[in-house]
Amino acid sequence: MGCCDEHSRAELIRRGIAEAGRGLPSIEAGMPTPAGTGLSRRSFVAKSVGLALAVYGGSGLRPQLFDEGIAAATAAGENTKVLVSVFLDGGADSLSMLFPADDPDYLALRPRLALPASSGTPFAEDSRLYWHPSLQPFAQLHGEGKVSVMPGIGYDHPNQSHFTSRHFSEVGAADERLTTGWLGRYLDRVGSPDNPLQGLSLDWSLQPSLATAKMPIAAIDSPDRYDFWARGVWGDVHERMIATIGRLGTLPTHGDPGLRQATDATRQSSQLYRQLTPFRGKDEKKGFSSPVAYPESDDRFPNRLAGLAAMLAAGMPLRVVAMSAPGGYDTHDDQANDLAEGLKLTADSLLAFQRDLEARGLADRVLVHVWSEFGRRAKENGSNGTDHGAAGAGFLIGSRVKGQMIGEFPGVKQLDEDGNLRATADYRGLYSAILEDWLGADAEAIIPGARKFKRPAILR
Amino acid sequence: MAEIPRYSGPFGVPQAERLLWRAGFGPRRGEAAQLAKLGLDGAVLSLTRPAGEKWVGPPPRDEKGRRLAPGDAYGHDHLWWLDRMVRTSRPLVERMTLNWHDWFATSNSGVGSQQLMMAQNRLLRRFSLGSFRKLLIAITANPAMLLWLSGIDNRKDAPNENYGRELMELFTLGEGNGYTERDVREQARALTGWTSTWKRGKGRTDFRFDPKRHDPGMKVIFGKKGTFSWRDSVALTLRHPKHPPFFVEKLWSYFVPEPPSATTRAGLEALYRASFEVRPVLEAILRHPALYTGPRMVKPPVVYTAGLLRGLGRGVDTRSWVWLSENAGQRLFYPPNVAGWDDERWLDTNSFHGRWGIANTALEKFTLGDKNSKNVKVPNDPEAIVKGALALLGNPTIRPETRKELLAFARGSLAGATGWKAEAYPPLVANAVRQLLAVSPDLQTC
Repeated sequence: MGCCDEHSRAELIRRGIAEAGRGLPSIEAGMPTPAGTGLSRRSFVAKSVGLALAVYGGSGLRPQLFDEGIAAATAAGENTKVLVSVFLDGGADSLSMLFPADDPDYLALRPRLALPASSGTPFAEDSRLYWHPSLQPFAQLHGEGKVSVMPGIGYDHPNQSHFTSRHFSEVGAADERLTTGWLGRYLDRVGSPDNPLQGLSLDWSLQPSLATAKMPIAAIDSPDRYDFWARGVWGDVHERMIATIGRLGTLPTHGDPGLRQATDATRQSSQLYRQLTPFRGKDEKKGFSSPVAYPESDDRFPNRLAGLAAMLAAGMPLRVVAMSAPGGYDTHDDQANDLAEGLKLTADSLLAFQRDLEARGLADRVLVHVWSEFGRRAKENGSNGTDHGAAGAGFLIGSRVKGQMIGEFPGVKQLDEDGNLRATADYRGLYSAILEDWLGADAEAIIPGARKFKRPAILR
Repeated sequence: MAEIPRYSGPFGVPQAERLLWRAGFGPRRGEAAQLAKLGLDGAVLSLTRPAGEKWVGPPPRDEKGRRLAPGDAYGHDHLWWLDRMVRTSRPLVERMTLNWHDWFATSNSGVGSQQLMMAQNRLLRRFSLGSFRKLLIAITANPAMLLWLSGIDNRKDAPNENYGRELMELFTLGEGNGYTERDVREQARALTGWTSTWKRGKGRTDFRFDPKRHDPGMKVIFGKKGTFSWRDSVALTLRHPKHPPFFVEKLWSYFVPEPPSATTRAGLEALYRASFEVRPVLEAILRHPALYTGPRMVKPPVVYTAGLLRGLGRGVDTRSWVWLSENAGQRLFYPPNVAGWDDERWLDTNSFHGRWGIANTALEKFTLGDKNSKNVKVPNDPEAIVKGALALLGNPTIRPETRKELLAFARGSLAGATGWKAEAYPPLVANAVRQLLAVSPDLQTC
């Protein structure tokens, strides 16, 4: 798949949107198909918004349903903006990601874990801080104005349980009983009932921040591996079998929640199968290629990001994407090695992703949000590790970000009563700003009590 | 004592089927009918007070016919346990062992030793239906747990809160339920003292309590003062008034998807408080009307897998179950974190895809129309094909509407099959009907 073909296709969709209501941009017969898929492209008019759209493959697909799904997803210009949420699972140590190397209090709190100034890159916005050596790619992107750093993001009365604090971050409120994710509620407001790709968990399982009340969402390991092969079944019997999966997914569930969960998953899987038709590689071959090199790793993270860029380039109707970063961040023991390893693959992969988007001309459409459930205790423990803390570090990455700190480094002099960093920015204010400024949504309808939180400036 | 409701409706095959799925891994062929004959009480007692283990079916092998090495070979730990689930004659013992594995979720990703994980598994099985008090004491001093939640790093001069926090938050009380951050720190001090030795070629060994590493000083836990030890830490937590409600509700949630009524809860708490014994509480839950008349539950992936194999009468004979189970979201000995698996979210588009692979592999030995099955004639008859698929999977109860869809699929596929297709298509259709039945919402839930 050449980057330029994809680029022109993305261009075309953008131009189409720009011209909505002013007559239809036509899709020329000779437009290239994605290389290696052997699938023909079909085009049709999404009547609802007056757009011509191209769909690859999917012979069994009912145009009208797909039309509505795509049309809704591309209806308004700002709605083609995509948010990618990357979760550092376990509570990443902010005092290592950006460390105050020369602060005597830091050296006293971290006699064994303190990193020397010589190992990191100075952080241009705060002369006290240095980037962790594994975050060199972030330092580089920050130098280009493409990273906004949150050195002390958190909330009042912080909870030091992984599960509770993570839950608060995922639902966008300090509310234990809320069961929909903040991105899920966004999709419930703006999403479409026929487009599972609008909320995509690129992971083994669903990222709870995407959990919706109504709209379908999808979880896939990787876009090129979603197939329903069955031994001893081929030809039109196979096609009919796939169609029957969809029908089993529409049987009545008589108000039984367990049956409904199984039925929903069945139906959404068959919808997703159709949507991902162009990405199914033949004979173990990837269904996409990338214009830049991603890190080689056994971990799926770099490949998932590469697939994500390719899906965006193919005009797939994505809105919010959530995934977990590689590595384990609950570093109670042996922190130095574990942290360096996980951060390195995460940062190297995200740099490649940014360059990929730039090469494909998509960088203005994508915002990456890197977060963790909390930071770690300022004082190291006795096991060369750190215990659960409160405020931590987060990052916004992309060509459109403001590139300026959100909140400030709270310092290690004035810790809270549990010996943890104090928050200098509230995550609910950040979410509200992302919803309003990036996704063009009404934050007050999505984040409980949104009015109370100060919105940081996130875009340039 | 509050009266706990008992199920008094009919106890036939559908009820016995549900009981075998919730309290085990589903029926073998004909097993539901046998259990139904015992009546509700007899059926429940046969599960909670089973006779000695009698393995049913072929012993586990890898695809080359070799025996398993669960303590050493990669993935054999998973296969070894899956095999027990398939062949056991004491399904509730195995199922409760799995529930405790989820409750005290320890992952080999942090332990790094299949031997130690196997030892913990034996411990969970030994106490599976017994005393929660003894189980909690044993798990607190268990080597895999001491490694997983930093117990051996928790010492007098450098307390580590990891176990002390999860002991209360996840194992006994519930998050923030009757304890403070100060209690977390004080529990950590009480739990100090465990250590082990690193030996080349053996790894961590000789796990022991070393008084020199223990903090013998005064502590305040739940407002009580004392020079508490690790055993006191466990005892104080068990005696906490918030523990019985937490215990009862969590245990209940493994068997019934909706919370118990206030009366039921109170009755179960009273039963539990009397002795900290698990069995009487289990017996009350398994006889409760909510289990038989309430909504369905999504089967956990390993339960789904073991149940398919039991229904098919197939043993564990391929290592594929390791990665297939991982794809469906449940690799044994590797829960996602210390809170265990998220039982509310077993199914999404990715895990459905994973279960598709599980069903496809379970059915692979029975594929029709390939070179292994040359002589099997499949009739060009939709009714017979659907009936045959149900019989192969042990005649599970399914909804009429599901049966109708399968029949419509078979009819539609065979309708246009003329010429060479008239001969070639029936086996294809039969293979597809079995696969569709195995992944249907009916068989994903119980």
